[in-house]
Amino acid sequence: MASAEIDIKYVAHLARLQLTPDEEKKLGAQLGHILGYIEKLNELDVAGVEPTAHAVPMVNVTRPDEIRPSLSPEDALRNAPARANGLFMVPKIVE
Amino acid sequence: MQLNQLTISELTAKLARREVSAREVLQSCLDQIGRVDGKIHAFLSHDADDALAQADAADKLLSEGGSAGRPLLGVPVAVKDVLAVKDQPLNCGSKILGQFVSPYNATVVDKLKAAGAIVFGRLNMDEFAMGSSTENSAFGVTRNPWDPTRIPGGSSGGSAAAVAADEVIAALGSDTGGSIRQPAALCGCVGLKPTYGRVSRYGLVAFASSLDQIGPFTKNVRDAATMLGVMGGHDPRDSTSVPQPVPDYAAALTGSSPDGPTIKGLKLGLPKEYLIGGLDAEVKSAVDAAVKTFQELGAEIVEISLPHTDYAVATYYIIATAEASANLARFDGIRYGRRVDGADPVELYSKTRGAGFGDEVKRRIILGTYVLSSGYYDAYYLRAQKVRTLIRNDFLKAYETVDAIITPTTPTAAFKIGEKSDDPLQMYLSDIFTISCNLAGICGISLPCGFTKNPKLPIGLQLLGRPFGEATLLQIAHAYERGTGWHSEKPPL
Repeated sequence: MASAEIDIKYVAHLARLQLTPDEEKKLGAQLGHILGYIEKLNELDVAGVEPTAHAVPMVNVTRPDEIRPSLSPEDALRNAPARANGLFMVPKIVE
Repeated sequence: MQLNQLTISELTAKLARREVSAREVLQSCLDQIGRVDGKIHAFLSHDADDALAQADAADKLLSEGGSAGRPLLGVPVAVKDVLAVKDQPLNCGSKILGQFVSPYNATVVDKLKAAGAIVFGRLNMDEFAMGSSTENSAFGVTRNPWDPTRIPGGSSGGSAAAVAADEVIAALGSDTGGSIRQPAALCGCVGLKPTYGRVSRYGLVAFASSLDQIGPFTKNVRDAATMLGVMGGHDPRDSTSVPQPVPDYAAALTGSSPDGPTIKGLKLGLPKEYLIGGLDAEVKSAVDAAVKTFQELGAEIVEISLPHTDYAVATYYIIATAEASANLARFDGIRYGRRVDGADPVELYSKTRGAGFGDEVKRRIILGTYVLSSGYYDAYYLRAQKVRTLIRNDFLKAYETVDAIITPTTPTAAFKIGEKSDDPLQMYLSDIFTISCNLAGICGISLPCGFTKNPKLPIGLQLLGRPFGEATLLQIAHAYERGTGWHSEKPPL
């Protein structure tokens, strides 16, 4: 297992989560502590053990490809922080 | 007894006989909220007008003899702030959702309403169900009805406190690592976590999708059975819900004799790994006494081993945070909730999330992102999933010889507000007895089994059952409850 050193700025960027310098410091120390505890999983031999993603082994749950009722555009936009012309408003993405 | 103190079965009998009206029952709950919630803060909000309108509709149905097929007709039920109720606010105990109003009902809410329940109120919780004390709510802590200087447990602390304080007859919560059973234990009510797949999660805001389940908080075991009978079942809108028939759990408690079915001859396992160093002496003696009660009721106690118990907390905090980091990506300020503007989308996302999420949520998103990141996935996430298999196999092996497993729900009674809030790892370790159940995907229930002496605080007994073994689990819990009187004690409010 990897060392318990986290590049907190890099991970925060991956998570799209802005942290203050104080938060980076505090979170970094706490996570180092938690990862130190998690290291105990290395004590176990897991060779040949299948991973469990899900407790109930169901696969390929499908439904008929039919049109069903869904949220109206008005309901879907009801909680939008910014909207116009029946669309969500976002900052400019492409110049 | 006041109406708000009654159980579902007592109330529905009175309502069916028209001794009381649904409006009177609801008013009694609203009065209790007015009287005690300033001290407890179980509710974030409640829409009294909407609830009274539902009560009047229930009274109309009752006067028309409409209680057949509606086992909750006229019963007030409140919900954790993580479940969608159409046209009501939904915040998950977080600032990031802003003024969000649900555009649809969760499936469990539809089912409760179809069964006649009056669904009202938003119950406090740790932000996004991350926590064991309700101290992580962005809207202030909920206090334990038995001692307001102590936490009610979490993350469904508001649900447990509201039921224990008789502010409502029953409540819904969600349980990802113990968030129903732990607060039920600490507040002295019954909390049931159904088997993974038993209850549809459509309309539940996801925390860790391979672990989350919705379940009831009630004043006794029979009410939990009634609630599960209403809530359970397959839902095409949740592909993880399992198409397995829902038995009449409440009827199964009555059995052929007036005292209910016997548990004589059932085998109950006592895992030796749960008698750990940190287990409080009073909790241990309460569980020992419960074991004796089960023996007197005719059950056979068998010592068992769940050898990977010690690895459950570490496994859980990898899997749960990994899944949370993905699930919470949707809170980005684009389609709903708060937005902090930025020059480009990435800056908008980062600022919105930085301003909107609280400390514990940030901690878990960072941890979850880290364990999934390139170069660390195999070492952390994949390894944890393999250990999860070992933990699940421990339980499946135990169920080859026993019908259910007995443990304490928590290592100690309710701790003080602020006692563990600066030490996340200590807080995580307080979930040690409840976490394995979610990893294994089995069902579990917590019910009152005694009190500490000074101060007087509830102690919870946990029973863990086979996958989809809720009927047997409830029968065992019900037999214990009939043999003791712990569930009828009330907090000094």
